[in-house]
Amino acid sequence: MTSDLTTMLHARFPAQIIAAHNYRSQQTVLIKREGLLEITRALKDDPSMAFDFLMDLSCVDYLKFGKSQASAPTLTTPSPLPYYMEPKTDAETWTRGVSHDEYRFELVYHFYSSSLNHRLRVKVPLTSADLTVDSLTGLWHSADWFEREVWDMFGVRFAGHPNLKRILMYEEFKGHPLRKDYPVRKRQPLIGPAN
Amino acid sequence: MVATVDTTQLNWMTTRVDAALGWARKFSIFQYPFVTACCGMEYMATATSHYDMDRFGAGFPRFSPRQADVLFVVGTISHKIAPVLRRVYDQMADPKWVVAFGVCTCTGGFYDNYATVMGIDTIIPVDVYIPGCPPRPENVLDGLMKLQDKIAQGTRAPQAPDPAQRPDELHTPHRPEAHL
Repeated sequence: MTSDLTTMLHARFPAQIIAAHNYRSQQTVLIKREGLLEITRALKDDPSMAFDFLMDLSCVDYLKFGKSQASAPTLTTPSPLPYYMEPKTDAETWTRGVSHDEYRFELVYHFYSSSLNHRLRVKVPLTSADLTVDSLTGLWHSADWFEREVWDMFGVRFAGHPNLKRILMYEEFKGHPLRKDYPVRKRQPLIGPAN
Repeated sequence: MVATVDTTQLNWMTTRVDAALGWARKFSIFQYPFVTACCGMEYMATATSHYDMDRFGAGFPRFSPRQADVLFVVGTISHKIAPVLRRVYDQMADPKWVVAFGVCTCTGGFYDNYATVMGIDTIIPVDVYIPGCPPRPENVLDGLMKLQDKIAQGTRAPQAPDPAQRPDELHTPHRPEAHL
């Protein structure tokens, strides 16, 4: 097993890697946006890594993360809080590596190597001021629809994508519905009343 | 003196034309299944031999709206597919009926979000609502029999307005790529 993927990447791209951790053999690296293409190309082409499969690409909006439970329903009954609303102790609080205020969004890539049978998670924090990142469609074709979905739901632009248009919602849809500041009751029907 | 007639000996009967038409129509339901989601599995279970919708004359799904009498809307309808559903409804020839199959089509079900139509009766008139998530086949057959009663009586849900008379916000935008 190549349990030293993160250390290897650290040694090879010291300027691009923000943080790395290895939790229960799940290896994760946090990288700078500018180094994405360079690092992922190495992930694919380096025979010691040989990540031939981009399994998943998604995005996280940290707008309200850890700030308040304002969006959670208020409980009027004296029943105990559900586990996900209980205040967490410091030991359980997961640290992200960058500040939520500065880097509101984070792309999460999951890579898999079918020849070496190992996996790697790559995270790319993004500032809301400049939500553009390089497209990986040239390296993995599966990135095509994933990136369209992330554009549709979160509004992250992928530079170099051949066909960056909405994949789930309709073209007339305004905004990006999985952003935490999208109004939860907002409706944009094509026909019929805005129920 | 009143002449009495032994009706058991009669080999003819009288009826009204619309009653005869309703009786004929209720046993020849050509359905168009507009299946979008998991309710479709229950629809298939109802349609196959174990529950046998053919007993009610509804065993012959037509996949062209122009040949169908009853539109079965089976499964969640999203705002994206809503114009397609209305176009299918508009393509059906009169007389036509609509069945909302499952809670998602009745009210939106447990979906309350940016994507889902909160009940197809906001788009097209509905004759019979079959709630359930998904409804049991018995429930579907019950709804089918209620629909038969409705067909026999000749009653229908309020007609969808003439497309030309609809308010502007209800006009279907011309989007040939809508099904893509």
